[in-house]
Amino acid sequence: MLDVISDQQRKIHPHKFTLWVAIGSILMMFAGLTSAYIVKRSQANWLMIEIPLVFWYSTFTILLSSVTVQLSLKAIKQRNMVMYRRWMLITAVLGVLFLVLQIIGFYQFGENDIRLVGAGSNASYSFLLAISGMHGLHVLGGVIALVVIAIRAVSISKRNYSSLPLEVAATYWHFVDLLWIYLFIFFNWMK
Amino acid sequence: MSSETVLHGQTAEASVNAHEGHDEHGHHHHEESFLTKYIFSQDHKMIAKQFLITGIIWAIIGGLFSVLFRLQLGYPDTSFPFLEDIFGRWAKGGRISNEFYYALVTMHGTILVFFVLTAGLSGTFANFLIPLQIGARDMASGFLNMLSYWFFFLASVVMFASLFIQTGPAAGGWTIYPPLSALGQASEGSKLGMDFWLISMALFIVSSLLGGLNYITTILNLRTKGMSMTRMPLTMWAIFFTAVLGVLSFPVLLSGAVLLLFDRNLGTSFYLSEIVVKGEILPNEGGSAILFQHLFWFLGHPEVYIILLPAMGMVSEILSVNSRKPIFGYLAMVGSLFAITILAFLVWAHHMFVTGLNPFLGAFFVLLTLLIAVPSAIKVFNWLTTLWRGNIRLTPAMLFAIGFVSLFISGGLTGIFLGNSTLDLHLHDTYFVVAHFHIVMGVASFFGMFAGVYHWFPKMYSRYLNNTMGYIHFWVTLIGAYLIFWPMHYQGLAGLPRRYTDFSNWQSFNQFADMNRFISTVAMIVFAVQLLFVFNFFYSIFKGRKVQNTNPWGSNTLEWTTPITPGHGNWPGELPEVHRWAYDYGKDGREFISQVEPVGADESAH
Repeated sequence: MLDVISDQQRKIHPHKFTLWVAIGSILMMFAGLTSAYIVKRSQANWLMIEIPLVFWYSTFTILLSSVTVQLSLKAIKQRNMVMYRRWMLITAVLGVLFLVLQIIGFYQFGENDIRLVGAGSNASYSFLLAISGMHGLHVLGGVIALVVIAIRAVSISKRNYSSLPLEVAATYWHFVDLLWIYLFIFFNWMK
Repeated sequence: MSSETVLHGQTAEASVNAHEGHDEHGHHHHEESFLTKYIFSQDHKMIAKQFLITGIIWAIIGGLFSVLFRLQLGYPDTSFPFLEDIFGRWAKGGRISNEFYYALVTMHGTILVFFVLTAGLSGTFANFLIPLQIGARDMASGFLNMLSYWFFFLASVVMFASLFIQTGPAAGGWTIYPPLSALGQASEGSKLGMDFWLISMALFIVSSLLGGLNYITTILNLRTKGMSMTRMPLTMWAIFFTAVLGVLSFPVLLSGAVLLLFDRNLGTSFYLSEIVVKGEILPNEGGSAILFQHLFWFLGHPEVYIILLPAMGMVSEILSVNSRKPIFGYLAMVGSLFAITILAFLVWAHHMFVTGLNPFLGAFFVLLTLLIAVPSAIKVFNWLTTLWRGNIRLTPAMLFAIGFVSLFISGGLTGIFLGNSTLDLHLHDTYFVVAHFHIVMGVASFFGMFAGVYHWFPKMYSRYLNNTMGYIHFWVTLIGAYLIFWPMHYQGLAGLPRRYTDFSNWQSFNQFADMNRFISTVAMIVFAVQLLFVFNFFYSIFKGRKVQNTNPWGSNTLEWTTPITPGHGNWPGELPEVHRWAYDYGKDGREFISQVEPVGADESAH
């Protein structure tokens, strides 16, 4: 049995592997959306997008949250449950803050008389909303995962020092972070 | 070790204590109530049966729809009062209304392509066979697997509910091209029914992604000791590539559907530009309807192979087992599956030759499309050479497998016609296309599915299907399929367009009235025989002949090393260890040598 276990430890855990395949799948969706954006951009009636300043703040927020989730991971590996829960909580709050900043950003378009949806809207801004919206849903999923893991960590009935759920969640969190960085650069350069 | 971890779920993930319990695994059973055993089961075998039976129910509904619209096509002048009794205003005066006809063909396509031949086929056999054939206790995540079925179930409920909406279900064709599908005022079927369609498909996509993630992870990570990739049965390779196709192409359909939802409900203009509907000028401008077609067919074409590859894999396995011969050209079979998977992503625009696609660009898609003939021909050659001089047992499963090869050849040949963009100018949107894809994708994959059901039914329910009913089912279906679709080629060459409810007003198409009546009659007979199969299926679950032997087909693969009725965990003791590939039939004077048998001193390893 022992040699089998050591054999297993060299291999990637199936749950982590599943996540990597899922990341590939999610990437395909955003590849579909951004290539649709590129096709549409080369056609008539395209408006240059102006990105409000608040999106820079949200980008900074989600970058920061990647750091905190890493600190949380470090804490659980040292079995420092207090710090683990604290950094988890901060990460989740930063995730929510990111979403709030994104929503504020989209309201600012409205204040500048730019229609994202409805009559008089232009596909260029609608794309911004649709793509960022889909990204936002993925961030929301990450926040929910973090909260579930944090609740399980404080559960009294079962002591669990397993870092695997958080490792999976952290990888996902870094992924949605990097995905936003990609989208942010994409929107700024591919006006 | 790895699969034990999974069975124990999250509890075993890292706690060292859990490892001690493993030796007694298989002896202890989970407490199972009716709810956890049959409804919210995490056992891959039960989930497979759930997929199969849900798929059968959908196949009956989808098949019935085709009977209804064939009734209209075969007897356009006749009134059937019973239709009005059942469908009310959809069939006023006993004749199917135009809106109803479109709803029927749309739902027939949607149901059979997605709910039957994707979920029903992949869902059933990937779930059932992966752990059994690679030697795992269960899927990498039983929970995700359960979710996969329940998302499918939810998608089914939403789609089924859409059939009962006052304005009817989606009716813009299963490809739901905008602007028709995007504008509620454009047709009855583009109103609420279309929203239900999109919601249902979104749920369906989630279901197939969760399933696909699991299939890939399980095949790559949970193979038993000795089961190298090249020792896997071809069913596993086919299901693996199917899952890769699904995981990479379904998200793109989702992105297309999301933008369509925006256009429908939020007034955006991704796909809509300068449209006048019933005298009303719409505010949308600057959209591109072709954009949707690109996004749709980037899934849509791989979808064809998502349907076909599992059938190919099962047919390869069944042909080899029942010819008592090794599969011919194992690595060529794997290589051609891989080639088809790659090419599947590079040919989507051949569905769009006549949309104003740049002819120069079209030429590349013609070339790539015709390239698919190469791996397809390799597969056909290998199937035929596997049969060649085999000691053939004509079980119903074997007959359906041979029928698959026949249909794949006949349907594949017309693909060469349609893959040419110049010929497509004449043939697009005619019955030639209908005949082509029904034979090569629809009926052929159904044959693969039937072959699989007949072959693995003893493993699923520990009883046999009735053979006599199986033979009737096979011969009527095979002959019927050719009688239905062969004449359609002639109709298509003569220019008969798809999607028309009634041809009697066209002088040039009048000549086909008798032929249409003939096709419709055969379609009804074939449908009736499918009901015979359904009867056989459910009858045999309870009353079929019992399986007495763990390995009734004399097969090498691991699923036949489990007990006749395997419990959750599949093998009562240790997981089997694999020593050879799956195709040692007729070797060294022995009929078959199971994969678990060590390689003898006088043998060379495989």
